[in-house]
Amino acid sequence: MDMASRNSSKPKLIGVVGVGSFGTAIANMLAEKNEVMVYARKQEVVEEINSNHTASGKSLNPAIRATFSPEEISASCNVLFFMIPSAAFVEVAQTFAPFLHPYHLVIHGTKGLALNLPKGESLDEVKKLHRSQILTMSEVILQETVAVRVGCLAGPNISKELSQGQPAATVIASKYNEVILEGQRLLRSERFQVYGNSDIIGVELSGVLKNIIAIAAGALAGLGLGENAKGLLISRGMVEMVHLSKALGGSVQSVIGLAGIGDLVTTCNSVDSRNFTVGYRLAKGESLDQILDSMEEVAEGVNTIRIIDAFIKTVGIRAPITENLHRVLFEDLSIEEALQFLMKYPFSVDVDFV
Amino acid sequence: MEENYIKHRYAPILPKKDEWPVVKLARERKEFVKKVADLAEGRILGLTGKNPDILKEELETTLYREKLRVKQNPWDVDPDDESHFWGEVKSSLLQINTDTALTKAKRLEAYQEVLQRITSRYAEEIASNFKASHYKFTRSVVTYGFARLLNAARVKGFKSIFSNQYTLQDKIQITGQTDQIRDLATKGTIVMVPTHFSNLDSILIGWIISVLGMPPFIYGAGLNLFNISIFAYFMNALGAYKVDRRKKNMMYLETLKTYSKEAIQFGCHSLFFPGGTRSRSGMIESKLKLGLLSTAIEAQRANYQQGITDISGKIFIVPVTINYHFVLEAPGLIQDYLSITGQERYYKENDEFSTSYKISKFLVKFFTKGSDISVSIGRAMDVMGNFVDQEGNSLDKWGRLINTRDYFVSDGKVTVDQQREEEYTHMLGKRIVEEFHKINRVFSSHLVAFVAFELIKAKNKKLDLFDLIRLPEEDIFLPYEEFKSACQLVLDRIFELKAQGKIDIAPHMKRDMDAIIAHGLDNVGMYHAKRPLIKDKQENIVTEDMSLLYFYHNRLHGYGLEKLF
Repeated sequence: MDMASRNSSKPKLIGVVGVGSFGTAIANMLAEKNEVMVYARKQEVVEEINSNHTASGKSLNPAIRATFSPEEISASCNVLFFMIPSAAFVEVAQTFAPFLHPYHLVIHGTKGLALNLPKGESLDEVKKLHRSQILTMSEVILQETVAVRVGCLAGPNISKELSQGQPAATVIASKYNEVILEGQRLLRSERFQVYGNSDIIGVELSGVLKNIIAIAAGALAGLGLGENAKGLLISRGMVEMVHLSKALGGSVQSVIGLAGIGDLVTTCNSVDSRNFTVGYRLAKGESLDQILDSMEEVAEGVNTIRIIDAFIKTVGIRAPITENLHRVLFEDLSIEEALQFLMKYPFSVDVDFV
Repeated sequence: MEENYIKHRYAPILPKKDEWPVVKLARERKEFVKKVADLAEGRILGLTGKNPDILKEELETTLYREKLRVKQNPWDVDPDDESHFWGEVKSSLLQINTDTALTKAKRLEAYQEVLQRITSRYAEEIASNFKASHYKFTRSVVTYGFARLLNAARVKGFKSIFSNQYTLQDKIQITGQTDQIRDLATKGTIVMVPTHFSNLDSILIGWIISVLGMPPFIYGAGLNLFNISIFAYFMNALGAYKVDRRKKNMMYLETLKTYSKEAIQFGCHSLFFPGGTRSRSGMIESKLKLGLLSTAIEAQRANYQQGITDISGKIFIVPVTINYHFVLEAPGLIQDYLSITGQERYYKENDEFSTSYKISKFLVKFFTKGSDISVSIGRAMDVMGNFVDQEGNSLDKWGRLINTRDYFVSDGKVTVDQQREEEYTHMLGKRIVEEFHKINRVFSSHLVAFVAFELIKAKNKKLDLFDLIRLPEEDIFLPYEEFKSACQLVLDRIFELKAQGKIDIAPHMKRDMDAIIAHGLDNVGMYHAKRPLIKDKQENIVTEDMSLLYFYHNRLHGYGLEKLF
């Protein structure tokens, strides 16, 4: 129980949990100024990092040490970046819970949602989905662990560009100024700007919801449509994001910011984005199962569409892009029909949220 | 009895009065007041960034508001020299403002001197006048006097519903975590946070604390209660310090918070009504006033800063709910509530508890007729809302030991971060509200009022609350059988909630439905001139006062029971 002596014993490292492409990019950026430890679940990945300084082929700063022990990384670090897909997030949070303390600052970079359902139930069984049954990743951390000083990282941050050292910016959102300041201190560089935002739910939702629009953008590209259509989609997509974000407890401002519109524009133009790719390949005639089977990392947007579709049907609001993508992905509607439907949808007002 | 109520007097946990923190504080009153004044001064200086212009503005705002208050809203309890004091402040400020020869530093110094006069005055005014001898006397008056009243009434033949013995504890039942709070009170510092429906609560809680064998708690009582000399005597005796709700200026609020924080750090067990004032709507408080609550968190952090990491420096938050069949002030409270929510109009705090006559009348009624009260003591939590074990260690949701100090640690050190502590205060507020709902005890009267109001609402779907309340009472009636089956529906759901630990139920709720309804109708708002709910000659359920019915109905707000209709 004697935290006082343990805390002051030796300087702490910065922890990164998860070494996917985004986790690796962030770990490398953090390693420019700090000593970094990363956590990977698989022992072979840990060995690869410690001996080759690569993670699944992506190169890692040689100073970075890896561990597969949640206990070790929790004890060695005061600040932890959780960079894991949403599907594994709850499980990882539970794995870490016994080793986290209230002094830990936890910042996550996951753009997905989790469900808060009774054990054994899934989205297939519950017909309705209320807000209280949907968790953003910060809400998962608060529910599963004793960490309270929680933040998130969101914005147009394509891993490949970050790794090349191209200029970019991100948003750190947290209810705690302390977390924002710490995030800025750790990540800010000449090539990387870090903004702060206290509306953590709004920022998380921005990153989550933009994945839906990214799939639609990929589909448009796959259909061979041009820039007019893309402009239309981005603008309509933003309106939809604003309404959904408000319904889920975020503010309009955050959607208009870097983590919302900023990330939306980037993702809708990025052929490397996983969500974009899903839409693109769908439009080229592949089935969802075929696409998902051949992808290395998850496309968060697919799961997000399922959750948001169930939510809007429960609370009785409309979100035409999400609804139609849901029909394409899970109800055998063709992309062309969905597009037809959207073109006929009575959007009478251009902007109705400001 | 279906359930064991705590019905014996506990041995005092600190037999010697001299060891009571509140007695120690009273002994050092002068030094303590000075310390509070100085610390408050420092805080305010910090808030103004030691900028003489900002400080000047704050001083002038305070002066303006205080002069306005003295003129427009004077109370008996106000000291005679008030306008003189503020007059002097005014002329001092004027002098400094016009003295162009002063350097910036000198001006700050001059303003600071005025500030010091103000915080000293406020600190002196807030400080309690606890006297142990008065406390003892009051306690015996309350218990002995009330018991006499009770027995006298009994001889005349009034029949109480539950009891054959005539002590106060038959009227007022204490349930819940009584052993834990007693135990922790010997080891650390308790901050008790009860729900607040009636002015009687202060005295009631004071009595409960003494029954549980704990030394007196200090608490902030509305200064208006000190207007009545008999109340003032009681309040002083119970360790009350004074909270003047008319003074909303920053300097007063900072002094008040400093007082509360320092008293907690001193080791005085404290009592806050976290709703701020009595619940106007009759609902369990859902939005708490966070001002005083934040002082518990600050005091905890300050203890850690000073290196007190053992249980002696630990602060425990104990939620308490007080459950009534009847709230004397209900008619006034609900009118306030309706006029505040109905339209934004200026509203003046009214004071039905204003005369000794009304109070005595109520007390006589209370002790001679039925109407029980139960007080539920919740599980103790740390200032972050984590439950604690027997040794006062905090536990996370899975029962793992955690260290509360870690919440205040950055980079291995305890740090002061006001913004962080504001967020923590919000979190604690939410936890307290959650616990209130869990330990709230459903009475028969709550059930019948809730069901009747919801049925009437369901029959008038088009009407909003205000039109609903204006419905002519003579047009409203509910056939008994319909009412009974709706009661059963709600009660079944309440039992489900109880099984999930989300609510508590009084023992009389285990009878059959006809008996519960009869008991509820007998008790709901029983002393009001117009009864919220009665059975008429045709066996229909009718109301004489819709707004009162709404008030008593609100007690079960916040459990989603409305969805059943």
